[in-house]
Amino acid sequence: MAVVAIVVFMLLRLTTGDPAAIIAGDNATSQDVAAIREKLGLDRPLAEQFVIWLGRLARGDFGESFFFKKQVSELIAERVEPTLALATSTIVLTVLLAVPLGVLAAWRRGTWLDRLVMGFSVLGFSVPVFVIGYLLIYLFAIELAWVPVQGYQRLREGLGGFLLRLILPSVTLAVVFVALIARITRASVLEVLNADYVRTARAKGLAELPVMLRHVLRNAAVPIVTVIGVGIAVLIGGVVVTESVYSIPGLGRLTVDAVLARDYPTVQAVILLFSVVYVLINLLVDLSYTFFDPRIRY
Amino acid sequence: MRRLANRSTVLGGAIFALVVVIGLLAPVLATTDPAQIDPTVRNQRPGAERTVRAHDGRPRVVKVWMGTDTLGRDVYSRVVYGARISLVVGVTVAIASAVLGLLIGLLAGYLRWLDAIVMRVMDGLMAIPSILLAIGLVSLSRAGLRSVILAIVIPEVPRVVRLVRALVLSLREEPYVEAAVALGARTPALLARHVLPNTLAPLVVQSTFVCASAILLEALLSFLGVGIPPETPTWGNIMAEGRALFRIFPHNILFPGVFLAVTVLGVNMLGDGLRDMLDPRVRRRL
Repeated sequence: MAVVAIVVFMLLRLTTGDPAAIIAGDNATSQDVAAIREKLGLDRPLAEQFVIWLGRLARGDFGESFFFKKQVSELIAERVEPTLALATSTIVLTVLLAVPLGVLAAWRRGTWLDRLVMGFSVLGFSVPVFVIGYLLIYLFAIELAWVPVQGYQRLREGLGGFLLRLILPSVTLAVVFVALIARITRASVLEVLNADYVRTARAKGLAELPVMLRHVLRNAAVPIVTVIGVGIAVLIGGVVVTESVYSIPGLGRLTVDAVLARDYPTVQAVILLFSVVYVLINLLVDLSYTFFDPRIRY
Repeated sequence: MRRLANRSTVLGGAIFALVVVIGLLAPVLATTDPAQIDPTVRNQRPGAERTVRAHDGRPRVVKVWMGTDTLGRDVYSRVVYGARISLVVGVTVAIASAVLGLLIGLLAGYLRWLDAIVMRVMDGLMAIPSILLAIGLVSLSRAGLRSVILAIVIPEVPRVVRLVRALVLSLREEPYVEAAVALGARTPALLARHVLPNTLAPLVVQSTFVCASAILLEALLSFLGVGIPPETPTWGNIMAEGRALFRIFPHNILFPGVFLAVTVLGVNMLGDGLRDMLDPRVRRRL
C-alpha cells in the first residue's frame, strides 16, 4: 500500500500542466497564480508535500478539490452510490450467469453448447466495453425503446426507475466479466470432473445436479473465486468507461473529469480509493479460501 | 503429433495481416484526406454520395461508405487511417513491455537481493487497475502518441515481469543450468545462453495478449478524451466524435467499433492459437 501511495502521489505531481494556472483562468496575472500556488501548498518541496498529504490521508482528509472547490471526501461521498450500485449489480449478474454457463460448457464438453459458450467468451474479451454499451443502447433504448437511453436515478427517488436505468450499464459491464469467469469456471470444473470422488458420487446413484453442486462446484470454487477477485480490476476499469457511456454521475466519471481538469487531489483520492478497494477485495478472496477448502489454513 | 498451425492461429493471423495491409495501404484505400473538413457534407448517412476536388482540381463523385461525421470528414477514410495508430500502439507496446519485462524479470528471478525490491514495486503497480494507471499517466504529459504508448507500457510491464520471473525461478533449478554453473559460466552469459531462450515461447504468447489489450486501451483513452489528440484519426477518436449524435447517426460509432472489435478478436485468437501450439500442456488443461 505504501508503494501505491508513493506511486499515486508522484504520478500526479510530475505533470506539466500547472493546476494553479488552470484555476486562476485565462485572465489571471502571474501574481494571482503565485498566490493560488502558495495557498494550495504547491510551492513547497515535493517531500514536504508528500508528508503533509499522508498525514491528512490518515485523518480521512483528501484535501480540497482544485476544480470542484469542495472537499474531496464530500465529492466522493456524493458519487459513491451510483458506482456501488453498478458494481454490485454487475457482480451479481455475472456470477448468476457465468458460473452456470461455465459448468454447462464443461459438463457438455465438446458439444455445440461448449463451443457456443467459449466462442462468446473470446468475443467478450475482444469487444470493447464502450462498443457493447452503444450497441445495447442502440438496440434496446433507441430501436426497441424498452429502457431509458442514459442517465441515473438515485435509489431514494424510486426503486423501479433506479433498476430500470441500471439494467443496460450492468449488462454492458457484465459481458467482459462473464467471459472471464465462464472460461475459468469451465477449466476448473473440467479438472475436477475426472476426480475419483466425482466418480464415487455418481456411482452411489446421485443425480447429476447434486453431484455438480455439492461435489464438483465446491471443489472447483477456489480458482473461480480467485479470478472474480482479480477481475475486480477489469470491473473498475469498466466502471470508468461505462459511466461515461451511460452518463452516470459516479466515481468513474469523476475520475475522467478530474484528469481532464488536472485536479490532483481528486485524481489521487479516487485512484487510491479504487486501489484500496481492489486490494481489500482480494484479501477477502484469500480469506474465503478457508470456507471453500477447509484444508487451507492461515 | 503436433500440427504446425491450428485454426485459431491461421484465422487470427489472417485478420491481423489484413489490418496491417489496410494500415499500410491507407493512402490508396482512403477516398479522401481523413483530416479534410467539409461543412457542406456534415452528418451524411453511409452510402450517400459527395463531390470532392481531386488533386488536379477537377471535381469527382465519391461514395461515403461509412457516412461523414459532424465536421463533414469521411468516416471510411478515417477508419482506414485509424488502423495505423492502433497497429503502431499495439505492436510498440507489445515489444517494449516484452523487452522491459524480460530484462527486469530475468534479473529479479536470478539475483535474489534484487528480487524483493523489484517485486514490491511491481506489486504496487499491479494494485492499481491498469486503466486507471494509464489514465493517470497520460495526464502527466501533453497528449500524444508517445505519451499514450508510455502510459500503456507501464501498467503492462509488471505482468510480463511476473511471468518471466516465475519461469526463471523454475529454470534455475534445471540440471542444465546447474551444469553450466558448475562449468564456470558467468552470470550474464548464463542468463543469455541458457535461461533466456527458454523464456521466449511463453513471452511471445504473452506479448500477443499485451498487443490486444494495448489496442483496446488506446481506443479507450482516445474515447474518453484523454488519449491521442482528437484531430488524429484513431478508432477511439472517431467514436468519441460520434458520441454526441449517436441517437441519430450511429454509424460514427458502429463502424470503427466493429473494426476495433474484429482486430482485437484476431490478435486474441492468434495468441490463443500460439499458446496451444507452443505449449501443448496448456491445451490439455483448458
